[in-house]
Amino acid sequence: MLLIPVLAVVGWAGFAPVSVPSRDELFEIPRGTYARRMAGDKVEILPSRIRLTLGLNDVLLLRNLDEVPQVFGPTIMMPGQSFRLPFEKAASYDFACTAHASGQMTVLVEPYPAMPWSKIRWRAREWLENRTR
Amino acid sequence: MIRLALLLLLGSGAASAAPEPGALKAGVLSPVMAAPELKLQGSNGQPLRLASFRGKVVLLAFGFSSCGEVCPITLATLAGARKKLGEAAADVQVVYVTVDPERDDAARMKKFLGSFDPSFIGGVGSRAQIDAAQKSYGISSTRQVYADGNYTIGHSSSIYIIDRAGGLRAVMPYGHTADDFVHDLKILLRQ
Repeated sequence: MLLIPVLAVVGWAGFAPVSVPSRDELFEIPRGTYARRMAGDKVEILPSRIRLTLGLNDVLLLRNLDEVPQVFGPTIMMPGQSFRLPFEKAASYDFACTAHASGQMTVLVEPYPAMPWSKIRWRAREWLENRTR
Repeated sequence: MIRLALLLLLGSGAASAAPEPGALKAGVLSPVMAAPELKLQGSNGQPLRLASFRGKVVLLAFGFSSCGEVCPITLATLAGARKKLGEAAADVQVVYVTVDPERDDAARMKKFLGSFDPSFIGGVGSRAQIDAAQKSYGISSTRQVYADGNYTIGHSSSIYIIDRAGGLRAVMPYGHTADDFVHDLKILLRQ
């Protein structure tokens, strides 16, 4: 009795196209980040590890809303400036980042989930991450 | 009915993987701000100021002539991109600023860069001048000293792309191909 709905869900998860609202994965460095860090607050604004998926959310969009310049890996962002970095290759990228207490940040770019199993895994991970946010 | 459902399920998957038309492969800064000016000496014997390259697209990077890993690859990539651009390369200027002012003088940078492309211009200066240039672009460099007293320098390896008007438009992280640079340069040279 339960088999048909389970198969339907698995079939949908494995074969329906995966999609996201935007290719941009946005992260903002809030105003006051530098001041808080200088005051000794070990504030973590951005996750130390960001996961992107090619063909879905494969553009990292950073906005510096702080009052001071912030270095994100390849560049320096002035106050009010944003940096939109597209990725075209699946790999792990390590960047320096002054918005992190550790000074480091990893961007993990994964391939597009083309196969049914990878689609199911992608959906399951998205679902779990949305639940924990 | 089943066939229709399958078509709907499978239909639009590939579209989202297509790159956005007209977009740069480099990371784009917005709003565009003026590229911080350099106050250095050029390997050509002239004062090195970005303002003197207005009207050209400038590819600005930092490195050093004793670098055995990152810099030769970056410079070979940029030289390859200029070759592929053909005549349009006349409107592209590569500027390579040393992070090792203790060893790199104008003559040494000229010889080093000239082995890749004689049009490349190196930036040299005092430690204070180089530090100021690095700070303005968020460039980090760390000296690693060997047991024999020799040293190498780990440094930021991105390439800054400055448009014809002197605006800091984009940053290409290390590892991109000459074709990626050609793609972006063609877009920026049309503007």
